[in-house]
Amino acid sequence: MTGLSDAEIGALLLSLRVSCVAVLAALPFALAAALLLARRNFPGKILVDAILHMPLVLPPVAMGYLLLVVFGTRAGLGGWLYQTFGIRFVFSWTGAVLAAAILTFPFQMRAIRLSLESVDAGLSDAARSLGASRFDRFRNITLPLALPGVVAGAITAFAASLGEFGAIITFVSNIPGQTRTLPLAIYSALQTPGGEAAAARLAALSILLALVFMTLAEFAQRRARSLYA
Amino acid sequence: MSVDVRLRHAQGAFVLDVAFQSEASGVTALFGPSGSGKTTIVHAIAGLVRPQDGRIAVDNRVLFDSNHGIDIAVEERRVGLVFQDARLFPHMRVDDNLRFGWRRARNRMSEADIARVVEMLGLGPLLARKPARLSGGEKSRVALGRALLASPSLLLLDEPLAALDAARKAEILPYLERLRDEARVPIVHVSHSVDEVLRLADRVVLLDKGRVTGQGSVFDFAAGEIGELLPAAGAVIDTRLEGHDGGLSLLSFEGGRLVVARLHAPLGSKLRVRIRAEDVLLAREEPHQISANNVLTTRIVSLREIANAQADVHLACGRARLVARITQASCARLALKPGDGVFAVLKSVILDPRALRELSGLE
Repeated sequence: MTGLSDAEIGALLLSLRVSCVAVLAALPFALAAALLLARRNFPGKILVDAILHMPLVLPPVAMGYLLLVVFGTRAGLGGWLYQTFGIRFVFSWTGAVLAAAILTFPFQMRAIRLSLESVDAGLSDAARSLGASRFDRFRNITLPLALPGVVAGAITAFAASLGEFGAIITFVSNIPGQTRTLPLAIYSALQTPGGEAAAARLAALSILLALVFMTLAEFAQRRARSLYA
Repeated sequence: MSVDVRLRHAQGAFVLDVAFQSEASGVTALFGPSGSGKTTIVHAIAGLVRPQDGRIAVDNRVLFDSNHGIDIAVEERRVGLVFQDARLFPHMRVDDNLRFGWRRARNRMSEADIARVVEMLGLGPLLARKPARLSGGEKSRVALGRALLASPSLLLLDEPLAALDAARKAEILPYLERLRDEARVPIVHVSHSVDEVLRLADRVVLLDKGRVTGQGSVFDFAAGEIGELLPAAGAVIDTRLEGHDGGLSLLSFEGGRLVVARLHAPLGSKLRVRIRAEDVLLAREEPHQISANNVLTTRIVSLREIANAQADVHLACGRARLVARITQASCARLALKPGDGVFAVLKSVILDPRALRELSGLE
């Protein structure tokens, strides 16, 4: 009915799964980085800021190559992880997750940082004078007030990660059912003689997904803001 | 109950160097122009500013002592701070705002006490609302209630009325008066409004450019006896409603009685009245056949010549102090000198109309 083949549906589901896990995995790190950048001043902050934004500006292929160097089974960290825990990223869907998580991490970090910075520090002082400890203040004042930003960042990162191509194909290759996400499936269809129709279907699907999630981001943000009115 | 503050703190070119104490409960006003260091002092007491040098103790509990390396964390101080801008938590309903400090207090107030505070500040109808749906005056009241419910050993009010227009201020002042009379928490009130100080304070600490320029009772403050900041504003007298007589009510204080238009308040109510220096006439002999209702027997404490050929005559009436502003010519004609007995004729006695309405509402 949809006109999609099993392989195409598989690519769609894999994309959703990879993006979902990638966003959730990157969230704690994005939160920590955002807190660091929003709240602390330390020497070398500009440099740290730049490094954390790297995935945003580096060519994704270069990122994929770097991941291969670090996490390949014959590489230092990758080899150690594989031999010690049996964790393998290359040629596996978890590798696609790692690539997507790192590449979309700055989207989440930036959104959270902006919303943390927009939370009035005076409210935290008020909570303090009322007896709230540091964690208490973060948990009950800062985080709830920054929530719209956290949600918007997560959804933007999710949408961006659905479109990730260069790093995934470089790092974990293009294996059907394992690492062939939507963009990779489009690429493969275009490489196949007579695959234009399939490519068009998948491209249309990608546009639809992007629209749905960007609308969702806007909606979630409005919904969260209305909590305070 | 006592507050003992001594601190030195430099911020750029501004140096704050102050010391003051206030015994007993009641309201201590920190009074001075903008930039005199008032807010820095209350923030230091609350712990939000760490003074470079000094000692801060509340109720004999040392909160800060630079000599002994004591600096109790803000959240452990149990000092309530009401900010100029209320700072209610926007994502919580009024009820949860109120209980925020209460939930974290070591000695939680009973539900009955909470109900009393809610009633005292008129918060009942607001409990289910979010702060975005409150007026400026309502926000101030919620902020006051929130600080009170945390059972603080000291309440700091950092110009909680400054952001409000005159009408809102008039709406809040009666609540602050009830707070002073009923809450039994010592209060440090930052203000640059003479009117607020005269209505609320028991003691006044005058500040200017980071230094204490005088301190004393509100009665001395009203009489212009502390500092060199102000000409006498008049007198502040704390009285008690003693009885009614036809269309009039009698207010008594140590030193005499005042007659005012009939009040609809319970007998025994505490009422603060103000008598402006311009409204006091002096007579050598007891005036008879005079329209004024109030004639007090007083003794001259001092005479002070001020601008425009006028003089402030400071009078003692029992323990109350009055000031009469008359011309220097009158002073000479009556040959007034310290120690003389004179009769003070009061043209009018000021009772705050809003306070009266509140009181009658309580009856």
